[in-house]
Order: sequence, then structure tokens, then C-alpha cells
Amino acid sequence: MSKLEIKDLQVTVDTEDGPKQILKGVTLTINDGETHAIMGPNGSGKSTLAYSIAGHPKYTITGGTVTLDGEDVLAMTVDERARAGMFLAMQYPVEVPGVSVSNFLRTAKTAIDGEAPKLRTWVKDVNAALEQLNLDPTFGTRNVNEGFSGGEKKRHEIAQLELLNPKVAILDETDSGLDIDALRVVSDGVNRFRAQEGKGVLLITHYTRILRYITPDFVHVFVDGRIAEQGGPELADQLEAEGYDKYTSALR
Amino acid sequence: MTVTDSVRSALEVDKVESHLHPAGSFDVADHVVPTGREEIWRFTPLKRLKGLHADAEFQPSATACTWNTPAGVRVEGVDGDEARALRGVSGLVPNTRFAARVLAEVPSTLLVDVPADADVTEPVVVELTGEDAGVTEAGHVVLRFGRHSRATVVLNHTGHASMAQVVEVVVGDGAQASVISLQDWEDDAVHLTHHQTLVGRDATYKHVAVSFGGDVVRMDANVTYDGPGGSAELLGLYFADAGQHIEHRLFADHDAPRTKSNVMYKGALQGQGAHTVWIGNVLIRKVAEGIETYEENRNLVLSDGCHADSVPNLEIETGEIEGAGHASATARFDDEQLFYLRARGIDDKEARRLVVHGFFNDLIRKIGVPSIEDRLMSTVEAELAKNVLKDL
Repeated sequence: MSKLEIKDLQVTVDTEDGPKQILKGVTLTINDGETHAIMGPNGSGKSTLAYSIAGHPKYTITGGTVTLDGEDVLAMTVDERARAGMFLAMQYPVEVPGVSVSNFLRTAKTAIDGEAPKLRTWVKDVNAALEQLNLDPTFGTRNVNEGFSGGEKKRHEIAQLELLNPKVAILDETDSGLDIDALRVVSDGVNRFRAQEGKGVLLITHYTRILRYITPDFVHVFVDGRIAEQGGPELADQLEAEGYDKYTSALR
Repeated sequence: MTVTDSVRSALEVDKVESHLHPAGSFDVADHVVPTGREEIWRFTPLKRLKGLHADAEFQPSATACTWNTPAGVRVEGVDGDEARALRGVSGLVPNTRFAARVLAEVPSTLLVDVPADADVTEPVVVELTGEDAGVTEAGHVVLRFGRHSRATVVLNHTGHASMAQVVEVVVGDGAQASVISLQDWEDDAVHLTHHQTLVGRDATYKHVAVSFGGDVVRMDANVTYDGPGGSAELLGLYFADAGQHIEHRLFADHDAPRTKSNVMYKGALQGQGAHTVWIGNVLIRKVAEGIETYEENRNLVLSDGCHADSVPNLEIETGEIEGAGHASATARFDDEQLFYLRARGIDDKEARRLVVHGFFNDLIRKIGVPSIEDRLMSTVEAELAKNVLKDL
């Protein structure tokens, strides 16, 4: 089971001029096994939604609720959220100097499972995950995100998704900056993840391109901190043809 | 600043006016007792030095000294004429009162002599185990690596001591020498030490300073070159706890063409009153064309109440250089790094542990002596357990 319910979520960030409201009441439910795409123009609050669900300290929740299978996500620490089954693939993965990818993956897997993975199967699993994402076997010896190309960073995020195998994955602009080959490799990884039973995906993107590879069940148009419209996959086609003007012009 | 003009002009190869490195003298009388206002003493807590910087009596040593002797290497305490001949063998002309006093007063010298062409795989490990910090004492160590030899010497300082020390290193032409000095003292130790190295033509020198223990540890580590093509890598790792003062002063004096220096020091601080100082001086003299130098210092501040001073100084007297650069950064835990790790389920404590390990990891891996690398990883672990992770 994996049901992520977001109700009337309101979020502010601190600025020089005081707190600024970014999310103005977001309501969204991802039922068992559903993939939802959130699309919207720059600055509409898409990434804020992703990071505030994951618990980034920069954001202050001022109202609303987020629950995962009925559990209060907002009451959990960042790492508790991950251990409860949330995963955020980041738009800008962070460098951790001196910490190798293999050490990082093993530490994360141990934390998520509550016990160290069996060495033999784990090494095999890691190698398989890296290979499926076209990452060199020596990748494990490199320091986390240090000197990675943009494509390597995103493929590394998806390798983590597959190895940690959460209940719900939030993908924050995983497609941005990828060439067509890398986009396919990354999309295949996401599709392998969601082919499993009951996995939820919240796919945040600026472009419709990735939706040709990952077909969503629902599409939400995000404008000015709230959902302006929602529909099926056909809504993405409409956005492709018409852009966001119709939504953003209403704000002016 | 502390010497007369006549002495200064007599000693300088090509005179460089700088407050950073006063010219030296073997005559103790040429060095007035520092007041703490001098550039080279202003960071050091003189009151805690037990007079080692001034006129504390050098008493019979209370530090036990033992070593292993790999085949072909001579390790011995020497005295008399032989010891006297070794004073200043690295080209050292003391620029501090304590170094001048050590050379003037020590009755004997510990000599590690690696003959020319010897390839010694087993490190020479000298254990200096202090037994009484109430005894102020002096020590002189000479490490001589013969032409085209290859060897590693470890000086392991532990226990209780109040020591003024001069370590002179001579790296022969084409030799590959590593010197690792561990300051793993007990809390009451005071250690003032000056390491002076002469790097031979086309020689490769690695100097590693590791300072964890002691009340006050101050190391001056200087390098000069005995010909073109020499290369020096100066690595350092330090971890200051509450109340500790750990000071490292590096000086790469490029006085020969096509020489290299690469300095990388990393430190962590935790606890009230922990103070670290890193001074990285590089001088590129007129004659030193085509040299390369890079120096870097990074500090990780793990708790409130600590203070890290970090000062790179680069003086360039010639325009004909291959590369010269420096970097210095002092920071707390990076919130974005911690968030990234925690978003993968790793709890706060483990995330911090990973970040600190990572911070030191690359440096530790460069030491090149596996037993010491392993020991340092455990020491880092123990330091973390002591303070920063305790309350989480």
C-alpha cells in the first residue's frame, strides 16, 4: 500500500522582506500505484512542493497536512520520512566530498532497511543497478556527485531510487538537462520502479518530453502555488500545443 | 625584527624584506624573548608554553625514545662532535629563540640515517613517549635520506611532555622521502617544534603532520630546496577539542628553479575554546623560475565556541612561474549535504559522521602508510564520539 495525501498544503520561505508564501493550498492524492505529473512554469512552486514534502529546513509549513498511508509525514524528521518510504530525486544533487558512492549507497540501504544488506547480493544489486543506468562499474569508487556530469547525477539519483525502492518517489525535474539517450535510460529506470505493485510517483517537470516515456495517470498544472487545472495524459498534449500562457495570463 | 641588520644581510641569499620570515641566527642572544606582538607569535598563547619560548631550563629528558631499525638504516642517539656537526645540517638558521636554544643546548641528537640508494620498505618508527609534562625539555632529531634512497620515517609523539624540538630533514638528490609526525599527546602536553627540510635536486619529499592531542602544539614546518626539480608535498590533519591550541605554520621557500610545493591541511574543531591556526607561507624568490605551488587549508567547525585562523601568504619575486595558487575555507556543516544524506534515510548523527569522514578521507588516503591511515580513521572516529555526536 502507498497512498500519499496532500491536503491544503501551505508553505512559506524566509526572504529579506520577511516570509513569502510559495504554496497557497495544494491538495493532491496519489493512490496506490498511480503516477502523477505536475507541470508548470518556472517559479510556480513545483520544487517547493517536492522539497517541503521531503522536509527541507528552508521551507516552513504554515498549513495543511501530508500523510503517507495515514501517517503524519510533516511530524517526521527528514530521515524518518525517507525511512517511512518517501524518496526525492533531486534536481540538483549535492556533492559529498570523500564519501564514495558505494559507501553512501550501503549506508542509505542499511538505514532504510534497519539492517545491513547481505554483502553478496548487495554488490550484485548495485552493479546491476549501475549497469542498467549506463554507469561504469568504477562509478562506485567515485565520491558522491563530485565531478559528475549533469546526466551522471540524474542517473545516480535513479539508481538510488531502484536500490532503496521506496513506496512513493518524487522526481524533481529529473529530466532537465538530459540528452535524449540519458532521458530514455532514466525513464526506463522510473518505469521499472513503477512496474512494481503499488508504487506511487510524483513526477515534477517543466517539459512534456519525459511524459512520452513515462505515461502519467494524471496531469496537474501548477501555477502560482496551487493546482490550476487537472486531467489525464491528454492535458500534457494540450500544454505542449498551447504552453502555459493561458494560466499565467490570468494572473496578470 | 628580532635580529640585527648585519646578521640579516649576512644570511640572506637574495634578500627579501618581509615580516613573515625574519632572518635567523644561531646565537641565542640575537633572539629576544617574544612578547606575543610579533607577527610569527601573535596567534600563540605564550602563557601556556611553560617558558619554552623564553628561558625555561631544558632539563634531562623525561621522554622515552624507542625505535625499530630496518635493515640498512642507522638509527642512533649521537653526541659530541658528531651531534654538533648535525646542527643546522638542513640549512636551518634558527629564526626563533626556542630553535636557537635547542640547537645551542641539546647534548645529543637522534639520528636516522638512510644510506644512498637504499630502498627501505618498512617505515622507521620512532616512538617518543613523554612521561612527565612537568619537565621542560629539548630534543633534536635529524633525518637524513641519502641520494636516490627511498624511505619513510614516522615520529610518534604520545604521553605527557613539555618539549621544545627541532627536527632537521635532509633529502638527498633524487631521493623519495616521507616524514610523518604524529602529535597524539595527552591533554597536558606542550610541544613547540620546528621541522626544517632541505629538498635535494629532483628529490620527492612528503611531510605529514597529524595533530590531535596536547594542550598547545605549535609546529613550524619549513622547506627549502638544494637544487632545481625538487618537489615537496606538505600534508596536515588536525583535530582540536575544547581548550586546545593547535598551530601549524608552513613555509615553502622556493629558492631554486622548477621546484614544486603542494600544501594541503585539513582541520576540525569542536568544543569551547578550541583554537587552530594555519599559516601557509610561500615565497618564490627571483631565482625560482618555472616553479609550481599550491596551498590549501580547510577547516570544519563542528560546534560553537571554536575559532579557526587560516592565513595563506604568497610572495612572488619573479614573474616566470608555472602556477601559484592558494585556497582557504572555514565552514560549518553544510545543511544541503546533510539534507541530501538524510533524505536517503541516514539519520542526523550518521550523516554528520559520514561528512566528517569524507572531509578527512581524501587526505588520509594520501599518506601512503596503510597502518597509519587505518589508525587515523579510528582516531577521527574516537574524536567524533567524544563530542560532536554525543548529544545527538
